[in-house]
Amino acid sequence: MALDKIGIAKRIAQEVQDGTYINLGIGIPTLVANFIPEEINVVLQSENGLLGIGPFPEEEAVDADLINAGKQTVTTLKGSSLFSSAESFEMIRGGHVDLTILGAMEVSENGDIANWKIPGKMVKGMGGAMDLVASADNIIVAMQHTSRSGASKLLKECSLPITGINCVKKVVTDLAVLDVLPDGGFKLLERAPGVSVEEIKAATEGTLIIDGEIPEMKID
Amino acid sequence: MINKEVSNADEAIHDITDNATLMLGGFGLCGIPENCIAALVKKGTKGLTCISNNAGVDDFGIGLMLKTRQVKKMISSYVGENAEFERQLLSGELEVDLIPQGTLAERVRAGGAGIPAFFTPAGYGTEVAEGKEVREFNGKMHLLESWLKADFALVKAWKGDKSGNLVFKGTARNFNPVMAMAGKITIAEVEELVEIGEIDPNQVHTPGIYVQRIFQGNDYEKRIEQRTTRIK
Repeated sequence: MALDKIGIAKRIAQEVQDGTYINLGIGIPTLVANFIPEEINVVLQSENGLLGIGPFPEEEAVDADLINAGKQTVTTLKGSSLFSSAESFEMIRGGHVDLTILGAMEVSENGDIANWKIPGKMVKGMGGAMDLVASADNIIVAMQHTSRSGASKLLKECSLPITGINCVKKVVTDLAVLDVLPDGGFKLLERAPGVSVEEIKAATEGTLIIDGEIPEMKID
Repeated sequence: MINKEVSNADEAIHDITDNATLMLGGFGLCGIPENCIAALVKKGTKGLTCISNNAGVDDFGIGLMLKTRQVKKMISSYVGENAEFERQLLSGELEVDLIPQGTLAERVRAGGAGIPAFFTPAGYGTEVAEGKEVREFNGKMHLLESWLKADFALVKAWKGDKSGNLVFKGTARNFNPVMAMAGKITIAEVEELVEIGEIDPNQVHTPGIYVQRIFQGNDYEKRIEQRTTRIK
């Protein structure tokens, strides 16, 4: 069975390493925070100027002056810090944020990502996505393997306007976990429970590299 | 110390004329100069170029100035959540420059810091790179981006003293400190205006040198775009 959004978030949470600073994009990536094991200590960065994003506030603690990059009200934690937008992107551009997890509309086999613009539709802007993908050492994409119409989103080349090139390291979809190899190609690492290699092949337009038995993901 | 207090928003913005370039602090509706925006709507200043991360919502923030057709051009990183904006953009009434958020922040900082241009990796290989000088540093490609300055910067702080020293609260800081640096005239509106000497110098986020006018704001709405809470 293909994973739902929660399943994708749970699987990505397994990639999170102790002692790291992480920027989570809007959508499925935001959900990842809920599934990071307690013994793993990480600090979440919000590009509007907060390190150490806490949980949503209780009703009486809502503060209009404390939001995340998705404009949701949040809280600080013990040890949180606040700073300007310029400093926020200095820490992103400077490589101090270890991991960026974000959504995408398309990923190519050489690690290009498209997630900001669809020709013919109202363009809302790239926000901080171009800065994030150009800067983080480790970028994991969370997305559906195919579009609603069934077209593959893991492609040889992106068809939509690019957000960044050669940057995505790993893709976790509803069907599979795949590494983007340095020389190109999606290396299949794991299958969603009950999903066959054949199904993943059929849903992947880009070069798929299958080496030996492909295990199922382990998700609680 | 120099006293920069003006009595209200109307006085602070009295010399903003048609076709001026403005910077407006804020991220979404968080930390926006509400009083200055209201005063500009009242004054009816037109043809404005607004440098601001976002464009407000239909009935608040810069959205109020869009509704009255006072804005000629927006320079922003993200402009969703605004139907009137979309209508004006599609009809060609409004020009928009979309800039990666970190590049926008750094271009504004550079404007204030006297750095005419800098290289950044953001946008390399994308349409943002079109027409820009590209250079390789440490095996990675970068784009040359230039500084941004404005005739007026409109910023909002939590607290300020009459000499223009500012303290921000929470994530309402965002673009405000760098925009304060990059305005020829920077107007700061604050929730609490205090006497010179009442802010501990150790706690100042924006030194008063960047601020030309400051006033006690009032009636802050501080609208929340996504009110998200948890149950106890």
